[in-house]
Amino acid sequence: MSRTKPEPVQIIKKRRDGALRALVGGVPYINFLGIEFERRGDELTAILPFSDKLIGNPLIPALHGGVTASFLEVTSIITLSWAYLWEDMESGALEVDKMDGEHMPRLPKTIDFTVDYLRTGLPRDAYARATINRSGRRYASVHVEAWQDNRAKLFAQATGHFLMPQRRD
Amino acid sequence: MSDKVRIARQFISALPFSEALNMSLDGLEDGIAVISMPYDARLVGDPRTGVIHGGAVSALMDTCCGAAVMSHPSNPGGTATIDLRIEYLRAAKPGQKITTRAECYHVTRSVAFVRATAEDEEDASPVATATGTFVVEGAK
Repeated sequence: MSRTKPEPVQIIKKRRDGALRALVGGVPYINFLGIEFERRGDELTAILPFSDKLIGNPLIPALHGGVTASFLEVTSIITLSWAYLWEDMESGALEVDKMDGEHMPRLPKTIDFTVDYLRTGLPRDAYARATINRSGRRYASVHVEAWQDNRAKLFAQATGHFLMPQRRD
Repeated sequence: MSDKVRIARQFISALPFSEALNMSLDGLEDGIAVISMPYDARLVGDPRTGVIHGGAVSALMDTCCGAAVMSHPSNPGGTATIDLRIEYLRAAKPGQKITTRAECYHVTRSVAFVRATAEDEEDASPVATATGTFVVEGAK
């Protein structure tokens, strides 16, 4: 019985990191906010490095509620797109080298998004992870949590529904 | 321009993120606020279509709802968002300004209830609607 040899680790990393970089780097608003993504296998963590322009109330000072909402929505959309792309990326059906502005995979569209502001967003880095609770052909339901200093002490969470891009096959 | 609008304008331009998104206060009266945001390529969420990211619309909605609470006749001393839900009815037209109108329709001793709509420059159909609850701090 023959078994196919596993792919070299650097090939796998190059493909996955390349796809993630293309997906995230293609969205102007993500660059505007300065959001980055870290990958562990297929798990993504979004990072929002603090910058002065993200402040809402300068007296406290606190992150603008709109920044928090944006951070959560960006994390949801990227996590959902990433899960949607994963199989095609791993099988080679998606050519990572050709992912540019013209050939970006179509992104899910937000139907609705509900943000629960649990605590004031402090003027420091924030982190978020999203969980896909339903992943259907038509729409997906995603829950996302954001924290700052302590993983167990969320400063915001949200649930959203997203219309999935329709596959053209 | 009333003093209230002038003060509120200064207030909004003092919010660094609202300033970064070039939001401008177009009206403010007794619990109703109107705030607009010009189209900006930096705010695009889908590079294939040029449509503004939902998060930027959320930021506009949140600011406008907060301003509506602050302008309520009960004169709240301060406010913070408890919860905000946004429904994206359709994609905003690339290149067009987005204008939101928020109404603070009920205030209790500690909570304000707000609803809002966002429109682009097309007539009639809104781009998004929102409902939110805000905590209110003691009256001024």
